[in-house]
Parts: sequence; C-alpha cells; structure tokens
Amino acid sequence: MEKSPIEGIGLDAADSSILSDTAFLNDLRRQMVKFATLQLSNSHAAEDAVQEALIGALKNAKSFAGRAALKTWVFAILRNKIADVLRQKQRMVDASSLLQEDEEGEDFFELFDQKGFWQADEKPATWGNPQSALHQNQFWKVFEACLEGLPGNQARVFMMKEFVELDAAEICTAVGITTTNLNVMLHRSRLRLRECLENTWFLKGEHA
Amino acid sequence: MMNCKQATRLISESQDRSLSLAEKMSLKVHVMMCTGCKNFSLQVPFLSKAMKAYANREDDETKK
Repeated sequence: MEKSPIEGIGLDAADSSILSDTAFLNDLRRQMVKFATLQLSNSHAAEDAVQEALIGALKNAKSFAGRAALKTWVFAILRNKIADVLRQKQRMVDASSLLQEDEEGEDFFELFDQKGFWQADEKPATWGNPQSALHQNQFWKVFEACLEGLPGNQARVFMMKEFVELDAAEICTAVGITTTNLNVMLHRSRLRLRECLENTWFLKGEHA
Repeated sequence: MMNCKQATRLISESQDRSLSLAEKMSLKVHVMMCTGCKNFSLQVPFLSKAMKAYANREDDETKK
C-alpha cells in the first residue's frame, strides 16, 4: 500500500541504480546492436530486435543481481529474438544441426593432413605485432568481414563467448549444447577467423 | 605425440577453462617444436583481445 513507485514495479535500490546508469545502458545497447547486426546482416531488423529485447528485459528488471546479470539476461533475450527473425526468414538451420559436425568437418581436412598435422600451406604464419592493427580503421572492416564469414552457428557462440562475454555454462544453457559441442565450435571459429585475418590482412602488406 | 589438430583444440580451450597440468605439459612440448601451433597460440589471445576492442569501439569511429 505504502510502496514507492519503484518498489511498485518490483525494483530495489540496486536495480534502479542500474536503470539510471545511462552510460552503462548506452554501452549495452551499442554492443547489442553490433551483435544483432552481425547476426542478421540487416541494421533495421537488428534495431527492432534490440529494442524488443531491451523492453522485455527491463520489464523484468527485478530479477537482476547486478550489471553482469542484466547483460546476460538481455543478451539471452536478444539471442532468442534473433533466432525468431532468422527462423522466419528460414535461414536458421534446425536446432539439431548444432549437434551435427559433419557440415563443418570438411574444414579440418583442408587445414590438417590425415595425421592431424598442419598442411604446409595452412600453417599459421607470424603476425608480427598485431596490436598495432587495432588502431587502424581499415583493419576493423576486414575484421568485421571475417566475422560475417563465419558459419551462423559458429559465429553465434563465438560472439556470445568473446563479445558478449558470457561464460561457457551460460552459453551451453542458452543454446542447448554440451560443453564438448561448444569447445568444438569455438575451436573451429578461431581456426577460421585467424585464417581469414591472416589471408586478408596480416599477409597483405597494403596497410603497412 | 599430440598432433596439431589436438594442440590447436587445447590452445582454443585454454581461453575457456584452465588446462590440467598434463595437458599443459604435452601442449608445451608440441608448441616448442611446431611453429604453426606456436603462432596459433599467440593469435588466439589476440582474437579475444580484438573482439573486446571491437565491442568497445565507439560507433562513430568508423565514420571518421
């Protein structure tokens, strides 16, 4: 009866401080838009998905124990929104195909020989001092193109791990896969991403 | 002996969990002898670093 308006919608003091932290929310929103845009390749659909996810998450704000929990939660919702959109576009492969490794198994035959050693022309080269690339705008275009080139399922879990910074258990729960599946997918993403960066950036001298 | 496929898998997993002592030892021995996997072991943490830098980039940097 005597509840303050904030308590009335189920927020305690800690929650309401998160919601009034505009810098945090802006950062979060920006990361969400990037995440969604990469997965949907459509900035309009991405903005819509982000907006819906944010509204959905903030409505249930009372369950958040802090910023990390809020971030995990909104990205879980966003992932579902993205999955919905992709399913509607029929681009989404069956959830069960996450468990099938055949489709991507071929990569390994290209990269490694029958005994599992690097093929001579696939061996990772020296990148010198890659840190300096982080300051070059052109590098980020290449980086984004390489990310977009990852197969959908791999890109999704790799982004959840390295970009959204969810931990392995959270990703497995959200995507419905085992730790072993996750490790296989992350391994493949890293092999592919580094190969792409090497071929399109580090072995090309143009930027130097 | 561990092959490159297994070594790169462990290098990848080392980003996501702590490797056991036995895993660390056999990986170390492999990487000492294999330049490809040695380079891979330097590139994987860079990928992670680049993803974090990418996540925190201001959008308008791309417009400059």
